[in-house]
Amino acid sequence: MGRWSYIGVLIFVIVGSGWLEIVVRTRVLQRARRLLLAMVPGVVLFMLWDMYAVSEGHWYFDTDRILGIYLPGSVPLEELLFFIVIPFASILTLEAVRSVKGWPVGDQPGDR
Amino acid sequence: MTYTQIAIVAVLLVVAADFWLFRTRLVTRKAFWVAYAIIVFFQLITNGLFTGFGIVLYDGAAIIGSTSPTDGLPPMFGDGRIAFAPAEDLLFGFALILLTLQMWVWLGRRGVQPLPKSGPPMWRKVTQSKD
Repeated sequence: MGRWSYIGVLIFVIVGSGWLEIVVRTRVLQRARRLLLAMVPGVVLFMLWDMYAVSEGHWYFDTDRILGIYLPGSVPLEELLFFIVIPFASILTLEAVRSVKGWPVGDQPGDR
Repeated sequence: MTYTQIAIVAVLLVVAADFWLFRTRLVTRKAFWVAYAIIVFFQLITNGLFTGFGIVLYDGAAIIGSTSPTDGLPPMFGDGRIAFAPAEDLLFGFALILLTLQMWVWLGRRGVQPLPKSGPPMWRKVTQSKD
């Protein structure tokens, strides 16, 4: 896979969770505005963490396994995509559990 | 601060927000923990891919375990690693997931697209008593 390795892992996550939207009727894409807003704090805070960690050398990336497109703070583009893909998959999973089991999560009147 | 320290602080802050800032109390709900159990299973697989293929490497000074080797794999288990990845990654993932899900629930509660609700799954017949 070479330079597409990181992207390949993200595609694995999208494929592994995306089917829930159709088969389990999670209806997350029909709530796109809520989805995007829910992602904002995570993207901002975790990108800041990432920039700090990269600058301190806590973690680093094999340049043969990423595309080589960098964001401010020398963070690979793939990292930003990670902070979009993983939250999307997480929300799909929560909604899938709710779809199947009917358990409350606290966003409907009466289940606070 | 090391990765270990930041990861612990991040989990504490996000759990505190869950209780007192957004008052979503997701960590008290069965739906959250079942979803998290599914997510963490797949996180271990993707972590294994990221670190097993050497896409992401870690500095031993920032984690419990040692620096990722440049030739070959880090230990699958042991030396502070779980499925090749630093144990810290589980805290990192938990913080990211709990933050995201509490925002999702908080927005729904505030009236941002609470509908359409999820479900029912395709395999379940919608039962309507029209007879």
